[in-house]
Amino acid sequence: MTTAVPAPAAIELIGIDKSFGAVHANKAVTLRVAAGSIHGIVGENGAGKSTLMSILYGFYEADRGEIQVGGAPVRIASSRDAIRHGIGMVHQHFMLVDTLSVLDNVMLGAEGGALVARGAAAIRLKLAEFGRAYGLTVDPDALVGTLGVGLQQRVEILKALVRGATILILDEPTAVLTPAEADQLFAMLDRLRRENKTVILITHKLREIMAVTDRVSVMRRGEMVLTTDTAATSPAQLADAMVGRRVLLTVAKGASTPGPVRLEARNITVLGHNGVPLVSDVSFTVRGGEIAGLAGVAGNGQSELLEALAGIRPLASGEILIDGCPVPSAAHNPKAIRALGLAHVPEDRHRMGLVMPFEAAESAVLGIHGDPAFGAGPWLSRRRIVADLARKMAGYDIRPADPRLKTANFSGGNQQKIVLAREMERDPGIVLAGQPTRGVDIGAIEFIHKRLVALRDAGKAVLVVSVELDEIMALSDVILVMCGGRLTGRRTPPPDAASDDTFVGELGLLMAGVTEQAA
Amino acid sequence: MSAPISLPRWADLILVPLLSVATAFLVGGLVVAAIGVSPWEATKTLITGSLGSGEALGFTLYYTTDFIFTGLAVALAFQAGLFNIGGEGQATLGGLGAALVCLYGGGLPGWLLIPLAILAAALFGALWGLVPGYLQARRGSHIVITTIMFNWLASTLMGYLLVNTLRAPKSMEPETARFPDQAAIPSAKSILGVFGIDTAATPLNLSFVLALGCALALWIFVWRTRKGYEIRTTGANPTAAIYGGIAPAAIVMLTMALSGALASGVAVNEIMGVQNRLLLEFTAGYGFVGIAVALMGRAHPLGVVLASLLFGILYQGGAELAFDQPKISRDMIVAIQGFVVLFAGALDGLYRPHLARVFTALPRTRSGPI
Repeated sequence: MTTAVPAPAAIELIGIDKSFGAVHANKAVTLRVAAGSIHGIVGENGAGKSTLMSILYGFYEADRGEIQVGGAPVRIASSRDAIRHGIGMVHQHFMLVDTLSVLDNVMLGAEGGALVARGAAAIRLKLAEFGRAYGLTVDPDALVGTLGVGLQQRVEILKALVRGATILILDEPTAVLTPAEADQLFAMLDRLRRENKTVILITHKLREIMAVTDRVSVMRRGEMVLTTDTAATSPAQLADAMVGRRVLLTVAKGASTPGPVRLEARNITVLGHNGVPLVSDVSFTVRGGEIAGLAGVAGNGQSELLEALAGIRPLASGEILIDGCPVPSAAHNPKAIRALGLAHVPEDRHRMGLVMPFEAAESAVLGIHGDPAFGAGPWLSRRRIVADLARKMAGYDIRPADPRLKTANFSGGNQQKIVLAREMERDPGIVLAGQPTRGVDIGAIEFIHKRLVALRDAGKAVLVVSVELDEIMALSDVILVMCGGRLTGRRTPPPDAASDDTFVGELGLLMAGVTEQAA
Repeated sequence: MSAPISLPRWADLILVPLLSVATAFLVGGLVVAAIGVSPWEATKTLITGSLGSGEALGFTLYYTTDFIFTGLAVALAFQAGLFNIGGEGQATLGGLGAALVCLYGGGLPGWLLIPLAILAAALFGALWGLVPGYLQARRGSHIVITTIMFNWLASTLMGYLLVNTLRAPKSMEPETARFPDQAAIPSAKSILGVFGIDTAATPLNLSFVLALGCALALWIFVWRTRKGYEIRTTGANPTAAIYGGIAPAAIVMLTMALSGALASGVAVNEIMGVQNRLLLEFTAGYGFVGIAVALMGRAHPLGVVLASLLFGILYQGGAELAFDQPKISRDMIVAIQGFVVLFAGALDGLYRPHLARVFTALPRTRSGPI
């Protein structure tokens, strides 16, 4: 098929407007997605991408505006309506039942009658057909819980296709994938495009946008600020449009001057509830003046290792040394380890790092609430903790600069800055930073990265755990890779590591558990 | 982007409970009308019977005293995320502690004996709260189950002691001998008499002031000290508490001990302020009403004091109502109290979203999502 004339629109959103209370999430958004194309939507957290897609998928209804599918205006009041109009959604967090088979999961809600046998047979046929047509092969009788993340995502896509979706919305699909799995996904999307399916790809990874999309739209503060052919733009221009000013995509940092070893893990093993090792025999060192990046696909023991180092999880065996001194088991608790000069930015600020119903000033003393600076004897002086956070808010540009505001009312980036300010202003010797920029907008990412580099330059040992490989490569002086609870490699990144395909490929292999012996 | 919309604090603490109480009275009024009594007359009797005279007010505040103690006990436990249903048992044991000091410390002067007896009551109540706290913290036994069991244990223990050990010689009643006169906490009548104010004799005594003092002290402790901060953190987010170097097990035990000590204030009011002897079942269900009080008072000391006053009015005015209106039995009053609990406690969310909408529509100052 030749496409000299502009392709017809699969979906057209015209003047979509949506407010939540005082928050204007979508401001007269207009978007035209051509049929048989891959259209990327990028934007900072809170830019309104998810709201827009939720409107398209029937989770919310727009206050104003019109949705057209295939040129005809439609009303989408529920996900059922969306499916009827051929719109399918693959959520960031999969909506699958682990204990059911692939077939059962795909069939769920589309059984086609009280008795499932006939529906099951029909779906089995369709699965085989899609397998041939798009290369979406997956064993229909495998239990979903036994499949890898990439295959589970494939099941999600199949679910949408079986329901007759011609338009697929993918929300941050690569967040949980290894680089190799992401490549497979993109190949799959490419085949779908050739079969004239339409794909809307929501992501914050500009590299993916550049690699896979035909057109790209940028959202900023509820508005659609830019829509362009991908070939006609550059990552720098997109980043610019996202934040409304020029940002550095790389971290500006000088060469590191590593000093003595400040943090050492010796043969650390951490067990889960059922005695399964989550971290197995991990040893490494981090020197002062050095940022070590711990890479790996989420769920491969990085979180547990971080919590063990912070004293939250007990060690089944092994020991931790801080500035050369072994931490006695009696001191293996968060309070004592903090007192030894270790700061911990937890991976999950909602669950662990902050107390959402508290005023920000109260959240900002968690873990340091025993500091005599905050009051004499048993007292915790509100005046002092408020003044303390007010000072930090100025230094970290936390907005709104109101220490008395409830923690939950700050945006993700500002909440993260509250945690960072609390942990870093104590002048720690060692900083553990878990997913320091997760759910944080680009402006804040840049700020956080600069702070981490500044800590390094001040001679601290910094350990960054992140599932964002770009972040690890941009920040780290040395990269550690974990897979299946084991350390699978330690690499010194070459200059400009992110664009070094051999190096990225090597890390991908290590993240997938292919160690040097096997490779 | 769709952050939960929070109400201003005053609306949360005052407006929402007031609306709940109004609804409870409205529904209660319907029930009263259904059995053929004018709701207007009933309300009048209820109010004059509880607030209309010095005597009525005295009784009301006497009940209020008990509710403040048990309400504070439950509220403190709430702050740590614990549900202390053991106020009855803790108060019962508090009575035992007070009685032992009063009976065996008869030679001491009142200024020493009374504080000692109060401390003993607090200590016994604290221990009776500490044990379920320990079982939850170290053994994983759920506090709701254990505190209920400890209510029964306290009750049977008291029965055993009062029948076999502590009963006054030659008495047929399961109660101790009268305490020495100097162990009695001064009544409101005697204190006001000093200032030349003549009032009717009521059970109201200085324990009321102690209860108000406990409310103030609790507020300071929970919101102005490091330990209070640790308690609130444990209640609001136990994972964050662990991260912050707070040991939840220690906080659970401390909170339960303090909660038990607060509940034992009922014993101070009843045993030392009114009865001057230890007897069975003096807690009369106040420990359970404390749960409703704390729910209604939103686990805040000021809210607890206000809710206690309301329940005091319901208790005293309800008794008058039952006396005045033969058609209304004591059980009717319990039903109306039940409505208050239902609307203020269980259906707390009834008005909240609507109010939140109203407040969002108002020109905003500084609260709300960003």
